[in-house]
Amino acid sequence: MSDNNAQSYWKSNIKIVLALLSVWFFISFGCGILFVDTLDNIRFGGFKLGFWIAQQGSIFVFVALIYIYIYFMDKLDAKYNLESTKLEKISEEYSLEEDKK
Amino acid sequence: MSVQIWTFVFIFLTFGLYIGIAIKSRAGSTSEFYVAGSGVPPLANGMATAADWMSAASFISMAGLISFLGRDGTFYLMGWTGGYVLLALLLAPYLRKFGKFTVPDFIGDRYYSKTARLIAVFCAITISFVYVCGQMQGAGIVFSRFLEVDITTGVVIGMAIVFFYAVMGGMKGITYTQVAQYCVLIFAFMVPAIFISILMTGVPIPQIGFGSELTEGFGGGYLLDKLDGMSEELGFATYTEGQRSTQDVFFITAALMFGTAGLPHVIIRFFTVPNVRDARRSAGYALIFIAILYTTAPAVAAFAKTNLINTVNNVEYTSVPEWFTKWEATNLISFNDRNNDGRIQYLGDPEANELEVNRDIMVLANPEIAGLPNWVVALVAAGALAAALSTAAGLLLVISTAVAHDLMKRSFLPAISERQELLYARIAIFIAVIIAGYVGINPPAYVAQVVAYAFGLAAASFFPAIVLGIFNKRMNKQGAITGMLAGFLFTASYIIYFKTLNPSLDNADGWLLGISPEGIGTLGTIVNMASSYIVSRFTPEPPREVQEIVENIRLPGEVTER
Repeated sequence: MSDNNAQSYWKSNIKIVLALLSVWFFISFGCGILFVDTLDNIRFGGFKLGFWIAQQGSIFVFVALIYIYIYFMDKLDAKYNLESTKLEKISEEYSLEEDKK
Repeated sequence: MSVQIWTFVFIFLTFGLYIGIAIKSRAGSTSEFYVAGSGVPPLANGMATAADWMSAASFISMAGLISFLGRDGTFYLMGWTGGYVLLALLLAPYLRKFGKFTVPDFIGDRYYSKTARLIAVFCAITISFVYVCGQMQGAGIVFSRFLEVDITTGVVIGMAIVFFYAVMGGMKGITYTQVAQYCVLIFAFMVPAIFISILMTGVPIPQIGFGSELTEGFGGGYLLDKLDGMSEELGFATYTEGQRSTQDVFFITAALMFGTAGLPHVIIRFFTVPNVRDARRSAGYALIFIAILYTTAPAVAAFAKTNLINTVNNVEYTSVPEWFTKWEATNLISFNDRNNDGRIQYLGDPEANELEVNRDIMVLANPEIAGLPNWVVALVAAGALAAALSTAAGLLLVISTAVAHDLMKRSFLPAISERQELLYARIAIFIAVIIAGYVGINPPAYVAQVVAYAFGLAAASFFPAIVLGIFNKRMNKQGAITGMLAGFLFTASYIIYFKTLNPSLDNADGWLLGISPEGIGTLGTIVNMASSYIVSRFTPEPPREVQEIVENIRLPGEVTER
């Protein structure tokens, strides 16, 4: 892969991560903490919405976010033809010398 | 059969299973010992991560904590699950690509510095050690309460089991026992929860029962409304409303999230899968497996609190149910008849309240309070032990790799052979087990408290150093070292100041910006990031080959030409 491709792969990766992290922040810190009292005015079943998001809903969203991430990253890897399914052995060899500076 | 016989049967069977797995999966090389030869399938790694992660505290204490905190309990729920989003998106895939054995390995190589490596070793050992003492204590408590052996015998049995499979199998043995332990602990947590949900609401799924109407026998109406009503009536805070300040809840949640993503025993689990793709997948599986327990826990908290109030409030002391007397003997519940009317008054007002309830009872005694069959009651003991032992094993492995690999092989004795390194790793586990056991038997008062602070310390030291190491190519060793030291010292001194030196100031008025010591790790993370960034701008950029490492870990696989 050329340097250019590597650059644009990384840019797309950052975009995906940032988009998902904004949802993560909005649901957990936003709905679950900052606006929880306002959302509590909405009720469904025996739950107040804010309370439910804080204690249950946010966790379901977290799971969904990881799966959305997996989906988009698989697509991105395929687009750039990156082989990421091979077994990569961890080796004992070190490419760097410590404190070489 | 009695509860005790059932307990013996379950513990005997599950321990037999763990030992059997350990014998089958002996580790022959350092790669197997440290990272299970990187051959663990993502599903198995997901389960192992979940068991590794969910400790005695998650299993025994969390639901109880939530039942006393009400809505504020959310910082445990969101904090300990939301961190997995950070792990999956910001750390796991890149660290797997980096492909070394330990977290200090990454810090040392990425920041081309022995000093950085040694700081990382110090942080990893401190954090893991504090944490493992709590697990040993948890195991001891379960043994002593359910099997009625004394706490020392309990801890020694727990130590022997962990020692056996951790020393023999290293990461390989630990991984597959953790898979079994996950199954045991989730079964033990869910069965009573489902029973209680059916009993109280007629709905077999606790997550839904949580928002359903109570059955006739429990007075009808929505569970949470009923609980709010009863809490107010007795002078407790309204269950579904928050008591702590918004900024404190915010900071505690963030500290637990960053801490989760920075805990070395969780991170190294992602080194055990074959490749980057599998690292992403196993983070997904891990969170699903964790979410099963974490979405059930708040339901259990509400069921247990309602049930407890119903069962004991305003009841004649002479006619309390059998479980009450049994748990009274362990001091987890105690009654002091202040107004001498012979009845139990459970009230929010500390002057009039006559019942002291330990939070742990909400899970440990919950099946008995709900009158469930004996085998269900006994299951809880096996589940709590699985939770404590699986986490202890994961932590001991971090300590052992930090000593044998990072201190010996990579820092001070680079000439040792693989066999010697393996021997050092086993000796290190042996010593760590002995010390952890000793601390478990003679717990210093602050251990239990300190466990919670391990998160703040991990958040303020590792999390920023790793994330910046991946996402900021310009980050250099001067920046990272300053950041880790500043974050760790800031967080540790804030905690020590309020918890040991000046406990009288430990309240919202004394705290900096209204942030409790539990939440200070978030500020520590910010201190770390800011100081790393500033220092790195004024010092030389990292050498070319280090920048190449960063470019390389950003791509998930071998580069192939189209």
